[in-house]
Amino acid sequence: MNHLFTKDISGCGLSGIISTSGRMIPGEQIVRSIVLQTDRGNGLGAGYAAYGIYPDFKDYYAFHIMFDSVAAKDQTEDLLESVTEIEHAEEIPTRPTENIKVAPLLYRYFLKPVREKAPREFQLLDEDDIVVNIVMRINSSIEGAYVFSSGKNMGVFKGVGFPKDIAEFFRIEDYEAYIWTAHNRFPTNTPGWWGGAHPFTLLDWSIVHNGEISSYGINKRYLEMYGYKLTLLTDTEVVAYLLDLLIRKFGIDLRSACTALAAPFWKDIDASPNGDAVRAIRMVYGSALLNGPFAILFAFKDGLVGLNDRVKLRPLVVGVKGDCVYMASEEAAIREICPDPERVWAPRAGDPVIVRMGKGIVN
Amino acid sequence: MRIEIDAKGVYYRDLNRKIRQAVREGYTEIYLKNVNGQYYIADGIDREVTIIIDGVPGNDLGAFMDGPTVIVRNNAQDNVGNTMNSGKIVVHGRAGDVCGYGMRGGKIFIKGDVGYRVGIHMKGYKDKIPVMVIGGKAGDFFGEYMAGGVLILLGLSEDGDDRPIAGDYLGTGMHGGVIYLRGEPDMNRVGREVGIVPLEETDRNIIERSVKEFCEEFGFDYEEIMKGQFTKLVPVTNRPYGNLYAY
Repeated sequence: MNHLFTKDISGCGLSGIISTSGRMIPGEQIVRSIVLQTDRGNGLGAGYAAYGIYPDFKDYYAFHIMFDSVAAKDQTEDLLESVTEIEHAEEIPTRPTENIKVAPLLYRYFLKPVREKAPREFQLLDEDDIVVNIVMRINSSIEGAYVFSSGKNMGVFKGVGFPKDIAEFFRIEDYEAYIWTAHNRFPTNTPGWWGGAHPFTLLDWSIVHNGEISSYGINKRYLEMYGYKLTLLTDTEVVAYLLDLLIRKFGIDLRSACTALAAPFWKDIDASPNGDAVRAIRMVYGSALLNGPFAILFAFKDGLVGLNDRVKLRPLVVGVKGDCVYMASEEAAIREICPDPERVWAPRAGDPVIVRMGKGIVN
Repeated sequence: MRIEIDAKGVYYRDLNRKIRQAVREGYTEIYLKNVNGQYYIADGIDREVTIIIDGVPGNDLGAFMDGPTVIVRNNAQDNVGNTMNSGKIVVHGRAGDVCGYGMRGGKIFIKGDVGYRVGIHMKGYKDKIPVMVIGGKAGDFFGEYMAGGVLILLGLSEDGDDRPIAGDYLGTGMHGGVIYLRGEPDMNRVGREVGIVPLEETDRNIIERSVKEFCEEFGFDYEEIMKGQFTKLVPVTNRPYGNLYAY
């Protein structure tokens, strides 16, 4: 490297790619895109989410977990064995990386919850609910154990470092995925630690975020009423759980969930022809409203969504080429891996760009 | 005297060092090829050189610039012409958010759309009158807190584009300068300190001169564009919030 990155440019960096035909995209692509935005972070966090990476275990929940100690690992494995069937467990492959001096223990478990093992607590829950319950229990009750991801056929690789270092460390180039997201962190209000790097996840929801969620307190109290435990010391965590609550638990559609997160101002609702529906969403799910500046990408097994706050205080650019949709904080990050997109644009504030597998952009 | 610099994979500091060195050595035309995302190109350069960019330059293109002509043969990112003092920036595509922030002189021409908060805090003093002409449409907060200078928004776009010419909060907090829209604003989305006034002879001169230059840069049909009706927006009070904390 012919230079030292310094801290004179702030604002996290995001990048995401989806192949709507399900083509597998080499990890090297997302790495190049996020590394172009290296100066948007300061080395205190980077990470990648990848979908479609575990076809051999696609029916099992893939738990990526970090442990600060062997004791935390033992305790977590005791917990997992008591309520799940672990099909396979292994250390997450890493390589020695010059700029990563310390790292937690990193393991992955492919498992299925077994209701019979805990019939009293789990009898009324479906599989996803049980998994959420296990994730919350590990994060909140086992000191030094944090779940990076818990979805099927997907996984999150993240830690403290620049995107290039984290990619090298986790051997991201060894994976292929039909959806990738990546984050480069510039923490402003909360600590830079391994569990605090993005993406934040629950089941197969994963979030990368640039900005700050000023409504964290309201969102947190709202989520806690539904049993979510917020333990990761970072505002972005609420977004992952809010999507799980709104979409999976409440069953509202993706677009309405986006409206709840980035609801229009009352004056615009009053002036809108379908104001009543939007007013209802804003009133009923008022505690899910995200205030403050943000650009987020959220991925799930069936798609990728880009969303800005209501007055667009953070950058987000979208590009399309063939079956691929690209989203990033800077257009250059798209062009680095797709030099001639058919179309490039900046979405409007609060207006989600929703991409679905097999369908493309469904706006 | 012309020099070509290949920017492929070159870190922004190294690229800008090469550009400044070329300027010092007396080159008058600097051609940058394979640019992709390098920040701060042409920043603070105070000589009348021409910088031609192939590719998408990074944020803060032409910040504090004082004299050069910068031609971008593609799109530009955020903060184009941040606080520029003089010179000219021509973008043959779209530009991102906060273009022309605090601009205090010179000209910016954008062929396509611009993002949010464009032309905010522009200012003018005596003969320093910054001018920005935008071919497409603008997002919210266009000309917010504008204190001087000229913003011209042409709203040219493809069929089926139902967006308004400018977004919400147009000219909010504006207390100087002038905005010309080719079309009419939705007055519910205009800052309350801003009003529409009739065009005068001097306004027509400014619009004609600027649109002519815009058309020369991008090859648009001048007569066709001038068929549109222009609306002039200016601040109608100097102290719109004079009583905000006074009662």
